[in-house]
Amino acid sequence: MSERGTSETFIFDGRAVPFMAGQSIGAALVADGVLSWRTTRHDAKPRGLFCGIGICFDCLVVVDGRPNRRACIVTAEARMTVRSQEGTGRGELSV
Amino acid sequence: MANSRYDVVVVGAGPAGLAAAAAASFSGCDVLLMDSAEQPGGQYWRHPHGRLDAVADLQHDLRTFRCLLSVIRSRVTYLARHDVWTVVRGGRGFEAHAVAEDSAVVVSGSALVLAPGGYDRQIPFPGWDRPGVFSAGGAQALLKGHQVTAGQRAAVGGTGPFLLPVAAGLAARGVTVVGVFEANSTLGWMRHLPSVVRTPDKIAEGVRFAAALAHRRVGFHARHAIVEAHGEGQVRSVTVAKLDGDWRALPGSRRTIACDAVAVGWGFVPRLELPLALGCATHVDADGSLVASVDERQATTVPGVFVAGEAGGVGGAALALVEGDIAGRAAAAWVGRPVTWPAGLRRRRRTYRAFATAMHRAHPVRDGWRGWIGPDTVVCRCEEVTASAVVDAVRRLGATDARTVKLLCRAGMGWCQGRICGYATGLLTTAETGRPSDPAGLAERPVATPMSLRTLADGADR
Repeated sequence: MSERGTSETFIFDGRAVPFMAGQSIGAALVADGVLSWRTTRHDAKPRGLFCGIGICFDCLVVVDGRPNRRACIVTAEARMTVRSQEGTGRGELSV
Repeated sequence: MANSRYDVVVVGAGPAGLAAAAAASFSGCDVLLMDSAEQPGGQYWRHPHGRLDAVADLQHDLRTFRCLLSVIRSRVTYLARHDVWTVVRGGRGFEAHAVAEDSAVVVSGSALVLAPGGYDRQIPFPGWDRPGVFSAGGAQALLKGHQVTAGQRAAVGGTGPFLLPVAAGLAARGVTVVGVFEANSTLGWMRHLPSVVRTPDKIAEGVRFAAALAHRRVGFHARHAIVEAHGEGQVRSVTVAKLDGDWRALPGSRRTIACDAVAVGWGFVPRLELPLALGCATHVDADGSLVASVDERQATTVPGVFVAGEAGGVGGAALALVEGDIAGRAAAAWVGRPVTWPAGLRRRRRTYRAFATAMHRAHPVRDGWRGWIGPDTVVCRCEEVTASAVVDAVRRLGATDARTVKLLCRAGMGWCQGRICGYATGLLTTAETGRPSDPAGLAERPVATPMSLRTLADGADR
């Protein structure tokens, strides 16, 4: 769905996703047809981009091992490793 | 850059902040402009990195933007990607505390112009948390900022003139817009003709959007609303309904329309964190929003602090530019610079302000939306709090105001701190208690932007 100038890629859940320079991770995912990349803490419901400008925190994602990044405002970079986020994104801390 | 001192610090690089920075600079001030985004322009002039021309057809008044940009680049210190998390009194003026790439940055200014803008106001409906449902501004940001279309068949709904550029933009980029569903009657404008006819530019803009939508065969449906979004995993269709004057869905009027994207907005919420942090007085505007109270020079009740744009009352870019211009000059005057006041500046402010009030009166949020939602409709998306939990907090647990509702059921306690659900939580609480909502109770957020404790500690060490 995005128009032109696609060259580089980042890794999202194990596969390459293309992006244009300056595009956010969230925008690149939507352009690639991915609409959800998070499941909620209580009901495990799928969520993706909603406000698109860093207000709503619905699009949280794990970027290079760091959870709770807002996909709508983190600029995509080549060689980034992006993972879907489950719950709080800190599963390794759960007991 | 840290701990630098300026005559005027401007927060926010949308139309209001850019105009304020330019005006203060031309009045002889040393000006710092800080903004959280990668690019200057705010939501109104949002554009992809280095590619303003690629989205020029989706923009308006680019001549003004380019002119302001050249002023900013030649005369103003501009810090992009600096998210101001609080402002305090300090030194001989004020300090703005920002986060930039996980580092703490503190700057000070003798005067402060706050132009934080706003974001879409939301009311919940069943399925509004499904992937593929975007805020109207979110769909617009994807398009203008990232050249990405939200889906291939989009439904646009809510209330207010902003729905038109969103729909027109999507259609211009090849999206099939299955309809624009405006919950109010367009006749609402007729009651405010004296205010409207004084802003021919606004009328021309409306006519241009209407023509663009007609050209693309996009249907505009007044007194209609998107009342439900359906689809497993992502949105596949919406139910729209015809509404009565109080927004109750008319029996038998519901129909389902296939789509893979939805864009919704019900006016705007001004960002008030920074004015509230300094103790600026506020009031409730014609649209029900909490706004900073300003005088005709954009001065707040805190001497030396000026507010321009949506935070002083939602009114759009044309008003924001005028208010920014005034605020920049007023801030320069405050720090002792000789300032000129062009004839007509304050008259234009009054004219656009009157238009904004007419807009708010023509596009209110009416009570009937509460009939669209069910007990299990999510109100607070972060904490997954349902409508019945909000109602329970009043009926069963005895809350008498929205702030107590928040404490009892966690609506507004999550990541976004009630920015998305605060308005609806207030309306639902008022409907139960019968007492008018106090938006201030949900608007105070001591930390305006998320930051790590390490960054906070880093800033405290300085």
